[in-house]
Amino acid sequence: MQKISIDPITRLEGHGRIDIFLDDDGNVANAYMVVPELRGFEKFCEGRPVEELPRITPRICGVCPEAHHMASAKACDAVYHVEVPPAGKKLRDLLYSAFYVADHTVHFYILGAPDFVLGPDAPPAERNILGLVHKVGLEIGGRVINCRGMAMDIVGMLGGKTIHPVGALPGGVSKAIDEDERAQIEAWGHELVDFGLFGLQLFQDVVMANQAYVDMILSDTFTTPMYYMGLVDENNHVNFYDGKVRVVDPEGNEFVKYAPDEYLDVVAEHVEPWTYLKFPYLKGVGWKGFVTGKDSGVYQATPLSRLNAADGMATPRAQEAYEQFYETMGGKPVHGTLATHWARLIELLYSAEHVVELATDPQITDPHVRNIPTETPDEGVGIVEAPRGTLTHHYITDEKGLVQKCNLIVGTTNNYAPMSISIKKAAEAFIKDGQVTEGLLNRVEMAFRSYDPCLGCATHTLPGQMPLEVLVRDSSGDVVERLTRFVE
Amino acid sequence: MGENGKLKLGLYWAASCGGCEIAIVELREKILDLDAAADILFWPCAMDFKYKDVEAMPDGHIDVCLFNGAIRSSENEEIAHLLREKSKVLVAFGSCAHEGCIPGLANLFDRQSILDRVFLEEPSVDNPKGLLPQTSYHVPEGEIEIPYLYNTVKTLGQVEDVDYFVPGCPPQAPQIWAVVEAILGGNLPPKGSVVGANEKTVCDECQYKREEKRVKKFYRPHEIIPENRCLFDQGIICAGPATRGGCGALCTSVGMPCRGCYGPAPGVVDQGASLLSAIASVVDADNEDEAARIVGEIVDPVGTFYRFGLPASLLHRRKLE
Repeated sequence: MQKISIDPITRLEGHGRIDIFLDDDGNVANAYMVVPELRGFEKFCEGRPVEELPRITPRICGVCPEAHHMASAKACDAVYHVEVPPAGKKLRDLLYSAFYVADHTVHFYILGAPDFVLGPDAPPAERNILGLVHKVGLEIGGRVINCRGMAMDIVGMLGGKTIHPVGALPGGVSKAIDEDERAQIEAWGHELVDFGLFGLQLFQDVVMANQAYVDMILSDTFTTPMYYMGLVDENNHVNFYDGKVRVVDPEGNEFVKYAPDEYLDVVAEHVEPWTYLKFPYLKGVGWKGFVTGKDSGVYQATPLSRLNAADGMATPRAQEAYEQFYETMGGKPVHGTLATHWARLIELLYSAEHVVELATDPQITDPHVRNIPTETPDEGVGIVEAPRGTLTHHYITDEKGLVQKCNLIVGTTNNYAPMSISIKKAAEAFIKDGQVTEGLLNRVEMAFRSYDPCLGCATHTLPGQMPLEVLVRDSSGDVVERLTRFVE
Repeated sequence: MGENGKLKLGLYWAASCGGCEIAIVELREKILDLDAAADILFWPCAMDFKYKDVEAMPDGHIDVCLFNGAIRSSENEEIAHLLREKSKVLVAFGSCAHEGCIPGLANLFDRQSILDRVFLEEPSVDNPKGLLPQTSYHVPEGEIEIPYLYNTVKTLGQVEDVDYFVPGCPPQAPQIWAVVEAILGGNLPPKGSVVGANEKTVCDECQYKREEKRVKKFYRPHEIIPENRCLFDQGIICAGPATRGGCGALCTSVGMPCRGCYGPAPGVVDQGASLLSAIASVVDADNEDEAARIVGEIVDPVGTFYRFGLPASLLHRRKLE
């Protein structure tokens, strides 16, 4: 038996671990991705006033609290049957777009890029953001920190706090912006667009110009065709804040498109007794175990899946990048897990362009940002696209608006089965006849890192690398080899 | 200190959301200064498989361990003990480790009702056999173990001896940096102190001046559009008067009431009781019945007054059956 323990599996419910078992010949018998923690938000939200949930549920994830804040506020709007005024909606969208720039920046530059810029076989002590800064120069490193800060400052300006913002409530947002604030956001927005373009150019220069990386992206080990999910607007363009959820099959054909309140018709969650996290799947196809393909209900919800599930991007430069992406990768849909990094940078550019779009919208400084709910509260579903996957909040309240039932299907959870499958595939590729290579450690990490499991940013950050240990056990359970990669 | 003269720093997370880690990323360009002054030994060092690596360290090997997250499972508690042994200074970092935070609201329920809700009752769950997670489960290839979830969420200070407490959900970057500077400069206050905050209340930092106006009716935040003045004075329950300052009153800066994430104000034992007394003192009633009606209209008092501090409070938890 071999046990690979990987830290940053998820931020939504704590730690993660992978247990890989070998058969008598020393080949992979099975791999289990274990989530050993549960905090129970679904239960303790019961009894809380529903308008407080946009301030309570962000504590599910401090990496993407803005996503919970928005999904929750939208669920509250639905519970109270209240329409958000246009400026309120746009300010939420603006905060959310700025957050996307910051979050995708953290993921790409701190988590993903070191693998590519420094190479997957670079010494672990160098394969981190500081090593990256070394390689690309302090100026670029400073720009990354600076642009992420700018995007977070927009979040803080609109939501009070940069982590766990508080501004959205049933019917709108608590704060309007004035002309000075608008002008500041617009100026930052232009810088973020430049930064988005810079990221895509960097990806071309460093990753796509290197045939070894291109081969890795296209390799079978990192290719897993499955269903793809993503939120789209009325033109089937990628949208993060609003719209319908569209799912395409492994060939790229629309399988279903649903409104938030129809989610229970489409998605169900499978339970396994060896983990505290559930496995969502498409009801219409069914749970067929840890397999992918057209006959398995396993789907992914990632930047790559969002691009696959959409017909394009809603802003001009991101659309150009979208077209180039599919042209280079050989058409839609793209199945290469590692291409998710490229897709993420296209989304980053879209978010930055959308910040400018919203900041220059004549309605954005309208002081009417909230409507007071007048209807009796009952039930509502709110869906946004979190950076790590489609996020669903479903509340049922009593007539006073106190929560009776709460159901949450959280971003990373969508990808629990796909991550498990990708990890098993990587393990199978790198473990043969009981031989475990050092390269396994990082290749397995790369398999799940592209999904951006929620904790990734926190652990793989400077200056350390992710602590990992591989215990290779034979079929009788004795440890035959131990590889560690731990700081110190 | 290490041989290179740099501080040996550990950052660990137990039952938490990750916001405390992002709060460190929010140091922004100062993160490079932090790296220059300290060797970060682990961030985080979390898993049971790595106990051995930490166990191998001599006692007191880590100069300062910033521990975020609450104690929710057997694994959380085991590593809290281990890190206490290995750290010269153990800091409860952020609201979860300090006082239990929002995940501490689980103390209004018990372990079984949480598992039932999540794995059996949710409308999206497909679980015809009624399976619940098992601490030890035999899969065809062998045994898989997961930690035991406690009935009760505890603070770090309830399971270990803590040297300092940094409040906040999350701690704000300027406060974190002030703590780092105090550590590096050896300017830490007496053991047991709250650091990374101040000795005032959130009201003292708020853009609005409280006039202690009498209140005939309390409003929920979505029920009125407040005027540009103290929210409490307008009948919106705001935890500012009962909460320690240090955050910069960021929530009220966008017109939303404080919910108390920086914990009890200096000298206050129970934040919820303190907030309740602030409320009682402004109720504008002619008689006891009217007072009871006005206060009785406040929904979810426990979840509001103890939003961030239930495990650390005198209430601690709902009585177990």
